[in-house]
Parts: sequence; structure tokens; C-alpha cells
Amino acid sequence: MTVSSLQTRNKPGDTLKLVERVKAGNVRAISRVITLLENREADGIAIVSRLVSAKRDAMVIGITGYPGTGKSTLIDRLVTAYRRLGKKVGVLAVDISSPVTGGALLGDRVRMQDHTLDHDVYIRSMATRGHHGGLAQATRDAVSVLEAGGYEVILIETIGTGQNEVDVVNVAHTVAAVVAPGLGDEVQAMKAGLLEVAHIIVVNKGDLAGADTTLRDLRDWCPTVLRITAATGEGIPEFVAAIAEHQRLRDLRGSSACPTGKGIGF
Amino acid sequence: MAVAATPIRVLIGKVGLDGHDRGVKLIARALRDAGTEVIYTGLHQTPEQVVNTAIQEDVDAIGLSILSGAHNTLFRRVLELLKEQGGEDIVLFGGGIIPDDDLAALKAAGVRALFGPGAPMNEIVDFVKGLRS
Repeated sequence: MTVSSLQTRNKPGDTLKLVERVKAGNVRAISRVITLLENREADGIAIVSRLVSAKRDAMVIGITGYPGTGKSTLIDRLVTAYRRLGKKVGVLAVDISSPVTGGALLGDRVRMQDHTLDHDVYIRSMATRGHHGGLAQATRDAVSVLEAGGYEVILIETIGTGQNEVDVVNVAHTVAAVVAPGLGDEVQAMKAGLLEVAHIIVVNKGDLAGADTTLRDLRDWCPTVLRITAATGEGIPEFVAAIAEHQRLRDLRGSSACPTGKGIGF
Repeated sequence: MAVAATPIRVLIGKVGLDGHDRGVKLIARALRDAGTEVIYTGLHQTPEQVVNTAIQEDVDAIGLSILSGAHNTLFRRVLELLKEQGGEDIVLFGGGIIPDDDLAALKAAGVRALFGPGAPMNEIVDFVKGLRS
């Protein structure tokens, strides 16, 4: 491994200081710890183990779905909605790394610019770095860091997924899958995988032709299906309410609220 | 496969009232192809947005494209904000139509490198890759 400037930037003995600064909500420290985790450095793992006891009760929401369906725009709207409720919001936006060069173009935050100057919003782009499943390997630990840093709502945006990238179910409490009109017929709605494990299905771009058919096809097979137009904000209050309802049921029933019976959250 | 264990992270974007983004997109793409993680912010960023983003993303460097003529103000403001927020270790570089007289002054102020029209792509890529060596 090449010696990175990041490694040299993090001197021995800084670990405890970083833990304290993360707990105090210091953005520089939070960012640095996430980098240590992404780089799989021993310091990062040591810090997370110290942060677990500081963990608060954040609401962790996963937004997944096919590429180009509007996940980032939807998250932008959700951030606005949760900020209106007075919540401190963290966003972990995952994009794919090149399997050839290891490089990545992380462009999710282009859609989230209204929040860049809000000190109660933290947005971090993460590259998959070869990890399969729709998230980066460090995403789960990054959630713990944000939780310890006092973020009350944590939104995770997966890569544009296919049908089998469902890791987010094991990290988020509530998972919404985003689809757009015109991507398939009823048989697509019946298939196993992504649509099966999501708690809420969002038909975004609900103003496009074909949205009615997509909604009808999905409603035959999936429990909660919402029509949203993220670009205008239409349907966002209903989405926030559906997330709250799922969280309420989850709290009542414990992990059995997950339709697949897989473990939810931590 | 030459995949670096810890890729360099670079913020690439445009500041101010300047909508010419063909060049900056080419550079973002070239850096991606060189194994860099590029955080692309798009157009019309303020220096405040750039610095907040750089800190949240823990980037090694910020590369700004400025074709509007406001380079003297914008680069200096970014440097100032980086200092205020404890981000002096983040390297600032850029490109654009910058007169020779301004080049030296901006470099003296702390802009690490400036690439003008006609700069070969590999020069920019090599500069970014060299940040780790």
C-alpha cells in the first residue's frame, strides 16, 4: 500500500482526540474518521469501537433503486422535510468505483446543493471501491460515526442498483426502492430481489405518462407504493409519513417488521 | 489491475457566474480514468459551498475552473475560508483564462498550480497523481 498523505496527516495519539471531536459534532473530525474507515486503516476501526457506546437513536433510511430514477433528488427533498422538523441530517451517497481504474465520479450531491451551507446537514459521497451489494464497505461504520456525531436522521443513497444489490436492508431501518414509469411490466413487479425487500416503493417521476400503469402493476404485488414527483416535491409529505409509520411499526414489532425476516439495523 | 488502495479524492467544480462546463467535465472524467475519486459539484458554486463540501468530503485537493475573469477574487476567497476552517492542508489548484500577471500573484497567495488554455490533459492528471508522492 502506498503511504498516503491522509495517513501522515493522522498522527499517533490523535485517535482519542478524534473520538472526542466526533462526539462533539466536529465536521472535520467526522470527515477524517470516515476517510480512515474507507481506507481500512486500523485507527478507523479503533475509533468506531469507541464511538459505539456514544451511539444515539438515529433514524436510518435507505434509498435504493435503479439508475436515473431520481434517488438524489428525492433525498434532497427529504433533507428539506427533516430540516423543517428540526432534525440534524446526515447523507451518505454511494456511487460506483470503476472496476478498471478504481476511480469514481461522485455526482450525487449536485442535486443536493441547497443544503451545502446548512451546518446541520452533512453530506458525504462514498465510492464502492470494489464492494458489491450497492453500498461501500465502510457505509455501515460511517452511519455509526454520524450517529455519534449527533445526526438524528441518516439517509443512505445506494448506487443505481440492479435487482440483487440489497445490502442496504442490513444497514437501514426503513428502505425505500425508487422506480420510474416505463421500466417494465407486471412481471418485473413480481420478481424477487430489490422490490421484495423494500418497505416502501416509490414511483418517482409520477407526472410522466405511464405512471398510472406502473403504480397499478406494483400495487398488485407490493405493500406500500407511493406516487411522487421529486422534482416538484409532490408526494413528499406522504413519503415522510409512510417512513414514520414504518418506523412506528418496527418499534412496536421489533425486527419482525422487516418483510424478509432479515435483521434490521444494528 | 493498478487500483490504488487509497484513491486520491478531489473536488472538481466551477465557481461564480460561469456556465462553461465542457472543460471541467473533461477534466473530471480524465481524473476518474486515472483512478481518482472525483467529487463533482457542478456549476455556480460559491467559495463557501466549495470549502464546506471539501471539508465534508475530506478531499486531498480542490480543482476549480474559472473562465469568468473573477479568478483573483474567487481563488483568494477559497484560500481564506480553508484557513478559517482549518483546511490549509487541502491543496487548491485551478484552470481558466488567467493573465500572466495574475498567475504569479495567485501562486504566491497559495494556489498550488494553474492550468491555462492548451494545457495537456496528462499534465493535469500527473499533477493530481503527484499529490500523494
